[in-house]
Amino acid sequence: MTRALRTGAFHTGMVLLSVLWLAPVLWVVVMSTRTFDDIAAHGVGSLPHSFTLDTYRQAWTDGGELQALVNSLLVTVPSVVLSLMLAAVAAFALSRYRIPGRRTILLLMLAGNLLPPQILLIPVAKFSELTGLYDTLYALIAVQVGFGLGFYTFVLYGFMRDLPREIQEAAMIDGAGPGQIFGRIILPLTRPALAALGALSFTWIFNDLLWAITVLRTDDKMPVTPALLGLQGQFVSSWSVIAAGTVIAAVPTVAVFLRFQKHFVSGLAIGAVK
Amino acid sequence: MAVPVSTLPRRRQPRLSPLLAAFVLVPFAIESVWVFWPALQGFWFSFTRWDGMTPPRFVGVDNYTELAGDPTFRGALLNTVIWLLLFGGLSVAGGFGMALLLQRDRRGVGFYRAALFTPVVFSLVVTALVWRVFYQPDGLADTILRGVGLEHLIRPWLADPDTALYAVILPALWRQIGYVMVLYLAGLKAIDPALHEAARVDGASAWQRLWKVTVPQLKGVNAVVLSVIVIDSLRSFDIVWSLTRGGPYHSSELLSTYMYSTAFQGLRLGYASAIAVVIFLLALAVILGYLVRAFREEENA
Repeated sequence: MTRALRTGAFHTGMVLLSVLWLAPVLWVVVMSTRTFDDIAAHGVGSLPHSFTLDTYRQAWTDGGELQALVNSLLVTVPSVVLSLMLAAVAAFALSRYRIPGRRTILLLMLAGNLLPPQILLIPVAKFSELTGLYDTLYALIAVQVGFGLGFYTFVLYGFMRDLPREIQEAAMIDGAGPGQIFGRIILPLTRPALAALGALSFTWIFNDLLWAITVLRTDDKMPVTPALLGLQGQFVSSWSVIAAGTVIAAVPTVAVFLRFQKHFVSGLAIGAVK
Repeated sequence: MAVPVSTLPRRRQPRLSPLLAAFVLVPFAIESVWVFWPALQGFWFSFTRWDGMTPPRFVGVDNYTELAGDPTFRGALLNTVIWLLLFGGLSVAGGFGMALLLQRDRRGVGFYRAALFTPVVFSLVVTALVWRVFYQPDGLADTILRGVGLEHLIRPWLADPDTALYAVILPALWRQIGYVMVLYLAGLKAIDPALHEAARVDGASAWQRLWKVTVPQLKGVNAVVLSVIVIDSLRSFDIVWSLTRGGPYHSSELLSTYMYSTAFQGLRLGYASAIAVVIFLLALAVILGYLVRAFREEENA
């Protein structure tokens, strides 16, 4: 009897909390389908009295969300692929071969990722001006790769180090060089870790605001996250258009999360159990 | 230690091929160009006066002495400490509590975990806009307060200097609790169930098991969570920038937002660099602790 009561209390409490947690999101989704007149008449705190999807069209074309989304993908996809590739080869060499000073190199690379970005902002902005990369998506890709590398290398290093050594020895006896050992043996075995880091880094880079507003200036080059702030200025009191823009900006990361849920969570948990 | 080679006899060690050297050097060079070198420059700039147009002029520690007497800086420092304590403390308490409640796999738990975790995948700008709707005059917060008869509490949450900082911390917490929960769930999963079993056989109550078995076993996770929280707090920028830009009257200013506006709006690049160095020094202890742990792990592996 008390057991049933406790289970009931647990579920009641948790359902309430879950609904409370999701309520702000649901509110914004509902609000994105209200008309301007409805919100003007009843306020943002009221229940909907109208339904429209025109807000999405406005955010998508007038608000430039389409361009912003394209920019985001043009930055995020190459950044994720490049940083994981570079981190994988570095982690491979450092973990499977006796490279002189490899521990120092590894920790130095990790330390770079732990730095507060603020110390880098001004020099990075100036450096991209100097190289002519300022206000181009290349600058954003470069800084995302450079800044993320250390962490990805560190995680992949730990993963590769724990792979059994026999497989590598067998391949070496067969005369395989480091390139083949990496491509045919170690890399395929590293897939779970790469998937976890891929899902994580996609959301990190996609969600970034600070680097984008540091190396970009022109509005139509901005990725979705900073563009959303611009949208807010453009549609000051059109709350439903801003809400629609918010939903559009959130969809890609939610999709990645739903598709790679297991990897995503295990990626976050990397290091926590060590 | 690299497992295979370290146990092989010396003569069978592969020589360092150019390919392997490139494997390490290329990524290292990229990080050097975009991280190490800029970081060193950042320290140098903090000893200069610089508007970004004319060349920087060396002024010694002038920027730092000016910081010491700058009330906005002191306010931002205080707000950063408040942020660290409130945001850090509450997200650890909330995340750990939720992990304890949701650690056992039973019906519904998957949904509850997913609900708490959902905000983690949103960007902080999305989070900010979601909550801006909530705080808007006549928005959800005001409607709820009116609904329960507390309309005298209603105020312009983000525009009132007394409430702005806390109104910004709340959305940040909303997003962080799910993240901390996942870290603790992983930690709890790694605890050997036999330990709990043994304690139960010895007659330990649930409360005793929590403090004598669970908490000590989570030492490693706690260290990770602590580093993540401190580093995240000092980096916090997006949410404040999106909601208040540090205002009104610097009441929600953090060191990170003050640094950004000083640099890119005030164009006082030397002074902003000095603020960045202060942020770095605050993070230093945690960064070193994290690296020492990583180093030890390396030795024991």
